[in-house]
Amino acid sequence: MRFDNYQNDNFHDEMFDASGVARPEARLLLETIQNLEDGQLERCQRAAERLLLQLGITFNVYGDSHGTERIFPFDLIPRIVRAQEWDWIERGLKQRIFALNAFIDDIYHGQKILKDKVIPDEVIHSAIFYRQQCMGINPPGGIWCHITGTDLVRHGDGQIYVLEDNLRVPSGVSYVLENRDLMKRTFPQVFEGLRVRPVDDYPSKLLETLNSIAPKGAADNPTVVVLTPGIYNSAYFEHSFLAQQMGVQLVEGRDLVVQDNVVWTRTTKGLRKVDVIYRRIDDDFLDPKAFRPDSLLGVPGLVDAYRAGNVALANAPGNGVADDKVVYAYVPDMIRYYLGEDAILPNVPTYLCWRDADRQHVLGNLDKLVVKAANEAGGYGMLVGPHATEAQRAEFAEKVKENPRNYIAQPTLALSRVPTLIDDHLEGRHVDLRPYILYGSKDINVVPGGLTRVALRKGSLVVNSSQGGGSKDTWVLAAEAGGAQ
Amino acid sequence: MSGSARPLLSRVADSVFWMGRYMERAENVARFIGVNLNLQLDLPLDPAHQWQPLIDTSGDTEVFKERYGHATQDNVISFLAYDAENPNSIYSCLTSARENARSVRETISSEMWEQVNTMYLHLQTQREMPNPEWLPEVFRGIRMGSHLFQGLTDATMTHNEAWHFTRLGRKMERADKTSRILDVKYFMLLPSVRDVGTPYDDIQWSAVLKSVSGFEMYRKKYGRITPRDIVEFLILDREFPRSVHYCIRSADESLHAITGVPMGSYKYPSEQLMGLLRSELDFTSVGSIIRQGLHEYLDALQVKMNLIDARVSEDFVARISSRPQEQSQTQSQAHAGTGN
Repeated sequence: MRFDNYQNDNFHDEMFDASGVARPEARLLLETIQNLEDGQLERCQRAAERLLLQLGITFNVYGDSHGTERIFPFDLIPRIVRAQEWDWIERGLKQRIFALNAFIDDIYHGQKILKDKVIPDEVIHSAIFYRQQCMGINPPGGIWCHITGTDLVRHGDGQIYVLEDNLRVPSGVSYVLENRDLMKRTFPQVFEGLRVRPVDDYPSKLLETLNSIAPKGAADNPTVVVLTPGIYNSAYFEHSFLAQQMGVQLVEGRDLVVQDNVVWTRTTKGLRKVDVIYRRIDDDFLDPKAFRPDSLLGVPGLVDAYRAGNVALANAPGNGVADDKVVYAYVPDMIRYYLGEDAILPNVPTYLCWRDADRQHVLGNLDKLVVKAANEAGGYGMLVGPHATEAQRAEFAEKVKENPRNYIAQPTLALSRVPTLIDDHLEGRHVDLRPYILYGSKDINVVPGGLTRVALRKGSLVVNSSQGGGSKDTWVLAAEAGGAQ
Repeated sequence: MSGSARPLLSRVADSVFWMGRYMERAENVARFIGVNLNLQLDLPLDPAHQWQPLIDTSGDTEVFKERYGHATQDNVISFLAYDAENPNSIYSCLTSARENARSVRETISSEMWEQVNTMYLHLQTQREMPNPEWLPEVFRGIRMGSHLFQGLTDATMTHNEAWHFTRLGRKMERADKTSRILDVKYFMLLPSVRDVGTPYDDIQWSAVLKSVSGFEMYRKKYGRITPRDIVEFLILDREFPRSVHYCIRSADESLHAITGVPMGSYKYPSEQLMGLLRSELDFTSVGSIIRQGLHEYLDALQVKMNLIDARVSEDFVARISSRPQEQSQTQSQAHAGTGN
C-alpha cells in the first residue's frame, strides 16, 4: 500500500536492499506500517508535530530579531541500525576519539606529531581554531574532548564514512532523547516485538562524565553547571533540557564571577563555588580576557581559573584545531601514530587545496565534487558541485585560488536514504547519523544510535536544521541471543 | 547528589518571581474585561464610563489616550488583551511569563512550562484571528488557564526557594490589583450619592466583587451589599484569598521561607517593610481606613508595596558578591538590627 510505488532510485536504502526486498532487520517494522489503517500514519505524524509545539521543543532562527521559533521537523519512520554494524561503529568511534584526544593534548604540549612530520607544521599554525592560549594546559585526566558528536554517512557503496568530528560544542543530543519519547507517545505499536536499545540514560552518563573530571580538591559531590549563551541561542532548548535532566543549574555568563581564580555563581545567598562547567558557548565568547574582548556572553577570568586547575571545562577550549577540515584529513595518520592501529572507520577521501596537485584536480572537477570551507559548519560555506550553477562554481573557484588553505574537496557522496512520510505516502530521503560519545576519566561511552538527520527536500543532500533538515528516531537493535541478528 | 538545598541563582529568583507575577496579571486583566463585558449587558452606559475605568485600573491612562483616544469597547479590549506594545496587555503578560519560564525551564516542572506555553500559543492564534463572539470564552480560558498553572505550580514543583519566589510574585501582584480596582471603582461610584441603595448601585458594586471573584464569598459573610463592608472584605479579610491582607500575609510567609528568618523578625530590609505592612493590616479597622479616606489609604498602600518590590529586588537579585565566609559577617551585622 504505502510502499507500492516506493523506489530506491539507485541509492542505498537503509530499509530495502537493491532489489527492493526489505532488509531482515526492517521486516517487522514494515509489516506494522503496512497493517496500519488508512490515515493512521498521518494522524500520528500530526500528533507528533502538535506535541513538539506544545512541549516547546523549538529552536530560534538566527538573524531573526523577533526570536521566531521553529520546531525541528520530526519524521515518524525510524532509521534502523543492525546490532553487528553498531558494534563496529562503536569500536571505530572509541578508537577515533582516543586518537583525537591524544592529538589535541600533543598539540598543546610537545607537538611531537609535528616534529615527526606526520602532519605539516603550517597546517596547525594556520588553523583558525588553534588556540595559542591553551599551550601547556593540563585538563583533569588529560581529557580534552569530553562530548563529541561525530557525523557519519553511508555512501552508495554501502560503506559508512566519517564526515566530521565536531569536538567543540556539538548539539542535537536532546533530539535523540525527545525523538524517542515522541515515538513512544505517538506511535507505540511499532516497538512491539523489537528490541530497541534504550537511550534514556544519556543524562546520567553525561553527569557521570562531568563529575569524573572535577578538579582535585572539589567536594565529593562536585557542583556542575551548564553554561548557555541564553534563550535566544538556537540550541537553548537543549541546554535547559540537559540541565533539567541532570538536575544541575543552567547558568548564563552573567550568573558567574571569577575571584582569585575561582569560579562562583551569584545566588540569593551570596556566592557559591563551581567545580565543573559544561559550557555551550564557543571558545571565542568564553572569556573576554582570554579570547574575544567584546564578548558579553562569557565570564572574565574563566580561562585563568581553568588554567589554575580550579575549575574543569567540558569541552576543553582549543579542541577546534581538530575540527579543521584539513586536519580531519590526517585523522587516519593520527590513529596510526598514537595508537599503532589502522582506522576502523574510514575518512571520506579528501583533497587539500593547498597541495598544488590536489587543487588542480579540484578546479578541474568542480562539477563532481563537494567543496567545503575548512572551518564552517551548519551547511554554510559549501558548494555541492553537481547541484550548483556555472556561476556558483566560478565563484568558488575564485575563493579556492585566493585562499587554498581554507578549502578542501570531497567526492559528492550518494548519502543513503530512509523512507520518509511525504504527504500521504513514503519516499526515500537522504540521511546522515550523528552518534554522541562521552569521554570521562573512567571510560568512553557511546549512545546507541544517535541523531539521524534527514534532508526533507526531495533530492537534497543537506541535512542541517538551518537548511530544511529534519530528524528521525534511530533504533539500534539489541543483539539476538543466538547472534542471528 | 547531596540532599542539601542549593541556593537559587539570583537571575532565576528574578525570573520565577516575574513568571508568577505576569501570570497573575494576565488573569486579573482577563477577569476585569470579562466582568465588564457582562456588566454592560445589564447597564448599558456610555462607553467612556463603561470602559475607561479599566484603563485607569491598569495605570496606563496616558499611554492609552495618546494611542487610542476615547475609550470604546473595541479599542479597550484590543489595548488590554492583544496589544503587544502595551506591556500590561494579556498578550504581553503571557509573552513575558513564558519568556521568564523559558529561561528557568530546568528549575520549574515540565508541566508548568507546558501550561504557560500552551496558553501563549492559544492566545496567539486568537490574536491573529480575533472573533468578538469568542471573547467571553477567551477571557474565561485565560482565567482558568492561570488557575491551572497555579495548581500545577503547587502540585508539581517542590516548595523550595524558587517556589516561594513564584508565590511572592503572585501575591504581590494580586494585592496590587485588588487595591487598584477598589480605588478606581470607589472613586467612580462614590460621588453618585443619589444612587445609593438603588439597583444600579447594587449591580455596580457586585461587579467590583466579581472582578476579584469575591461576590459569592462576600454574600455568605455579609449578605447586604454596602461600600463599607466591601472595603473591609477586599482589604482586611483574613480568609478571602484575594484580599490585600491575605495576600500580604502569604507574601510575608514566603519571604521568611526564603530567608530562613523566623516570622515576626527580620534580617533584610525587604522583610522589615513587609512585616510593617503586615502588622498594620493585622490591626487596622475599616473605620480608621474610611476616616483616613479610602483613596489616601490605598495610595499609601501602593507606595508601601512598591517599596517592598524594590527592596526584594535589591536584597536578592541585585549583584550579590559576597562569598560564604564574608556573607556570614554581613549576616551577623544584619542580625544586630533584628527587631525582636
